[in-house]
Amino acid sequence: MSNSMLLVGTRKGLFVLESGDRRDWTVRGPYCESWPMYHAVLDPESGTIYAAAASEWLGSAIWRSDDLGETWEHSSEGIGFPEGGDLHLSKVSHVMPVHGRLLVGTESAGLFESTDGGRNFSLLTTFEGQEGREAWNDPAQQPPGHLGLSAIIPHPDEQGRFWVIVQGFSLFETTDGGKTFEPRNKGLRRDWPADYEDIGFCVHKVAPAADFERMFQQNHVGMHRSDDGGKTWTEITEGLPTEFGFAAATHPHDRDTFWVIPLDPGHGPPGTQARAGSSSTKGCRARTRTSASSGTAWRSTARTSQGSTSARAPASSSQASTRARAGARSAASSPASPP
Amino acid sequence: MAELHLPPILPPLFPGLPRELEVEAATVDEAIDQLDERWPGMRDRLVEPGPKLRPHINVYVDRERGGLDTVLDPASRVDVIAAISGG
Repeated sequence: MSNSMLLVGTRKGLFVLESGDRRDWTVRGPYCESWPMYHAVLDPESGTIYAAAASEWLGSAIWRSDDLGETWEHSSEGIGFPEGGDLHLSKVSHVMPVHGRLLVGTESAGLFESTDGGRNFSLLTTFEGQEGREAWNDPAQQPPGHLGLSAIIPHPDEQGRFWVIVQGFSLFETTDGGKTFEPRNKGLRRDWPADYEDIGFCVHKVAPAADFERMFQQNHVGMHRSDDGGKTWTEITEGLPTEFGFAAATHPHDRDTFWVIPLDPGHGPPGTQARAGSSSTKGCRARTRTSASSGTAWRSTARTSQGSTSARAPASSSQASTRARAGARSAASSPASPP
Repeated sequence: MAELHLPPILPPLFPGLPRELEVEAATVDEAIDQLDERWPGMRDRLVEPGPKLRPHINVYVDRERGGLDTVLDPASRVDVIAAISGG
């Protein structure tokens, strides 16, 4: 019996992977008529899968399935910027159930909401008046992928509080349901000229711990930790093989434990970039690093040929002795467990 | 009634949508509006803000490339083509 589900978005549509033991997986798909998939999530309250997809031919839409992927409907009703304005909607990048609402992030950076389960949408904000808005809506100044509003991270208890990422520019927090936003980038590093004091940080992934006061962030130039809900950040990159990466996940109960997959800036495993021009990438394997001490020490984990999880010596301290455990969750990504 | 031919990528998105149907419309724009009334959401699949046809959606009226404002007559054949590329 399946008790784990992974929603995997690809350029050829959405795939649903299921497993009873997290070792052997069944694969269904591709779904959503093979539209390029930017994000998908299972709403644990309704049991509905929502998927944000954008076709080069047919535009953007939010797809939904009430039967775990067997049948699908789609809608883009209301997902669009006002006619005659300066914003162009190239794609829907993210979709997230938030306390009864369905929120959708787009490029250009905009936030839309649905109160009827993804059938009709209305524009919530395009961050008017926010410093840096012209820059992040200029495709020439955007990072690859052109995701715009690339993540929505809801607080589990406070209905009006959530965080959003504007790709390549900022983490923001709102406490009034999306009416106003504050940049949350204090303490983050950036290795490029700054046009704005509070904006211009390349936030890749924010993974909150269970208490939502501690957060971990993988960005373009390092791993960072916050102990105050994102208001301030401290770098914790030391001990990792690279400072770059995208994936990060926190333990569902232990606020000190989380996982990250370091990559080279060329998006390959550590060592790939150093071997540019070489015909061999032997030894360049992406491995998960875990910290059980909120980022003060790291250890590498690797799947053995027998399928068990082993741990290598910690990179910088003997404090990290906890073995990697199953059960990590990804707050703003696809993995989810069905009800 | 103009004769409308649709590309195969559309029917899977709209239950009951045939590949061929007849519409009574004065322009391509009106024909798409009629489709949208019967299959809500159809217009957004074919038309982007402007309004104009999406970049990879082509419409031919009686074998001539057309646009939203192309005039139809009762004997017109309208082909909606999703562009493909590659080699």
